[in-house]
Amino acid sequence: MADPLVSIRDLRVAFHGLPALRGIDLDVAPGEAVGLVGESGCGKSVTWLAALGLLPRTAAVSGSVRLEGQELLAAAPSVLDRVRGGRIAMIFQDPASALNPVKRVGVQVAEALRLHRGMEGATAEAEVLRLFDQVGIPDAKRRIHIYPHEMSGGQNQRVMIAMALAGQPELLVADEPTTALDATIQAQILDLLRRLQQETGMALVLISHDLGVVAEMCRRVCVMYAGRIVEEAPSGELFAHPRHPYTQGLLAALPDMVGPRRRLEAIPGGVPEPWNMPPGCAFAPRCGHATPACDAGMPGFVPVGPHHQAACVHVQPATVPA
Amino acid sequence: MLRFVALRVGRALLTIALVVTFAFVVLRLSGDPALMIMSPDAPPEALAAFRQAWGLDEPIWLQYLKYFTAILQGELGQSFRDGRPALELVAERIPATLQLTLPALALKVGLGVPAGIYAALHRNSAIDRAVMTFAVTGFTVPSFVLGLVLVLVFAVQLGWLPSGGQESWRSVILPVISMGLGGAGILARFTRSAMLEVLGQPYIRTASAKGVPWGQVVRGHALPNAAIPTVTIVGFMVGTLLAGAVVVESVFSWPGVGRLMVVAVSNRDLAVVQCILLLVSATMVTSNLIVDLLYGVLDPRLRGTAPAGGGH
Ligand SMILES: Nc1ncnc2c1ncn2[C@@H]1O[C@H](COP(=O)(O)OP(=O)(O)OP(=O)(O)O)[C@@H](O)[C@H]1O
Ligand code: SF4
Ligand SMILES: [Mg+2]
Repeated sequence: MADPLVSIRDLRVAFHGLPALRGIDLDVAPGEAVGLVGESGCGKSVTWLAALGLLPRTAAVSGSVRLEGQELLAAAPSVLDRVRGGRIAMIFQDPASALNPVKRVGVQVAEALRLHRGMEGATAEAEVLRLFDQVGIPDAKRRIHIYPHEMSGGQNQRVMIAMALAGQPELLVADEPTTALDATIQAQILDLLRRLQQETGMALVLISHDLGVVAEMCRRVCVMYAGRIVEEAPSGELFAHPRHPYTQGLLAALPDMVGPRRRLEAIPGGVPEPWNMPPGCAFAPRCGHATPACDAGMPGFVPVGPHHQAACVHVQPATVPA
Repeated sequence: MLRFVALRVGRALLTIALVVTFAFVVLRLSGDPALMIMSPDAPPEALAAFRQAWGLDEPIWLQYLKYFTAILQGELGQSFRDGRPALELVAERIPATLQLTLPALALKVGLGVPAGIYAALHRNSAIDRAVMTFAVTGFTVPSFVLGLVLVLVFAVQLGWLPSGGQESWRSVILPVISMGLGGAGILARFTRSAMLEVLGQPYIRTASAKGVPWGQVVRGHALPNAAIPTVTIVGFMVGTLLAGAVVVESVFSWPGVGRLMVVAVSNRDLAVVQCILLLVSATMVTSNLIVDLLYGVLDPRLRGTAPAGGGH
C-alpha cells in the first residue's frame, strides 16, 4: 500500500468506563474506497468520530490517529478545525437533523467555503451554485436560499455532500449516508458518491450495515465486531473466501447478490454488552466453531491471503504470507 | 402568514374579553360596593342614592352590557372614591411600576441568560452546579421573603439603602433585586436546558465536523436555536411588567400599580380594579402575541414555505 493518508493504531474508546472500541488498527490510502461494516453498535461511527475529535468529553479516547504523519488525537483545536471539513469531511445518517434548521442551506455550505477556502460574498455564492450543480440539486439558484425542512431527505443529503466537498477534502467519511432514505434515492446517492470520488480523487470511507452496498462501492472491506476489526480483505476476496466465522455468518445471511438487500441482524444471538465482554474472542458466544482456546485471549490478526487477514484463532495462516 | 397573524390577534382579543368578564363577575359577587365605600351604618337613602349614581341598582346583565360597551368605546369608568377617571388614576402609577419592573426584567435577562448559557457550556462543572443551586433557590424563595431579608440586612443592619419609599435611585435597588433574582434563576434554568438540548443535536456535530471553531458553533449554530424556547419565558416576563410588582410594591411601600390594585380591591373600587385588570391582561396578551410572531422570525419551520429570495 502507498503511504497511508490516515493511519489509525490501537484506537480505544470507552464511555463511563465501558469499552466501545477495543483497539482499532486501520489505514486508508490516498484515493481509495474502504468499507466498514458490522452490526449496529459495533463502533463504526465511534471510530471516525473519535478520529476527528467529535465525541463528547465523557468519552475516554486513547491510541493514535495520524493524518499524513500528524497526530490528531492530541491536536490543538485550531489544528483540528483545519482538518475537519478541510482534509477529512464527514457526512451522517440522518440528513434532515444533520443540517441546522434555522439556517439557509446555501449559507451552511458557504460557511465551509469561508472556513477552508477563504471565499466570501459573490465568489462563495458562485461556488455554492457550482457545488449544488455537482451534487445534482436542480434549480440551485432558488434552492440555496431555502431551509432544510423545505427539502426532501435525499436533497438534504446532497446538501450535506456539497458541504463536505466544499472544503476539498482528501477523505470523505460517509456514515450510513443512505440508511434514512428510500431505496431509489439510496441508489442515486451511492452513484453520486462513487462519481464524486472518481472525479475528485478523494478517499472514501463508507460505513454501512449492508455488505452488498459496501462491496459495490469499495475495493477493500473491514468487518467490525464489538469494537474491533475482525476481518479485512479486498471485497471480491471477502465474498469469495470469508475466513472469520462472523463474516461467514454475515454472508450466509445475505440472500442473494441480486435479490433484495437484508440487514445484517440475521446471525442468532446478540452482540455482547460492553460490561459483559467474553474474556477472549467477543464472537465466541455466537460462534459455531468456538472452543475453549477462543476464550484464552483476544485473537490476533492472522494473514490468510494477499491483503487478507482475520482475527480468529482457528483460521489457518496462508502458506505464502501476504 | 396573514392568517396566522389574524388568528393570533383574534385569540388575544377574546382572552382580554374573558378576563374583563371574569373580573366583573368576581367583583360583583364578592360584596356590595355601596356598603364598602359608604360604611355599613350609612342611612339607607344615602346608599340608594350612591347605587343609583353608579348604576348599581340596575339588573346585573344590564350593568355588564353597559360596562362592556363602555370598554369598547375606551371608557373605563370612574373611581368610586374620588370620581376621577379610573384610567387616569392607573396611568399615573404606571411609571413608578415600570421603574421597578423594567430594571428587574433587565436583571433577569442580563443575569439569567448568560448564566444559563455558561452553565450549559460547562455542564457538571463547579460553576454549573453553583448556577443551578442559585436558580433553584431563586425561584423557591418568594420575592417578598427575599425583599424582607434584603431590607433587614441592607437597610436595617447596614443602613446602606432605604427600606422603602421612592426617594432616589437608591430606593430602586432592593425592590429590583428582590424581584429580579428569582426570575434570573428561572431564566438561567430554562436557558441552560434549551442550550443542552440544542448542543446534543446532530447539526451541532455537523458544524464541528465541517471545521467551525467551537465559539462560532455556539454563537452561530447553537444560540439561534436555543433562543426559540428561551424567548417564550422572556415573553412571559414582559407580560408581567405591570402586574409583577404587587407584592414587592407592598413590601417596599412603592406607589405603583400594584399598590393601587391592593387598595382598590379592599375598597371595592370596581372601575379601578377593572381598569387595572384590563391593562394587565392587555400587556400579557400583547407580549404573548409578540412571542408568537417572534417564533415565526426565529424558526423558519413555523413560517410555512417561505418565498425564495433574499440574500444571505
Ligand atoms: N455519546 C455516547 N455516549 C455513550 N455511549 C456511546 C456514545 N456514542 C456511542 N456509544 C456507544 O458506543 C458503541 C458504538 O456505537 P457506534 O455509534 O459507533 O455504533 P455503530 O457501529 O455506528 O452502530 P450503528 O450502525 O447503529 O450506527 C455503542 O454501544 C454505543 O452505545
Ligand atoms: S476465535 Fe473462536 S469464537 Fe472467535 S470467531 Fe474464531 S472460532 Fe469463533
Ligand atoms: Mg453509526
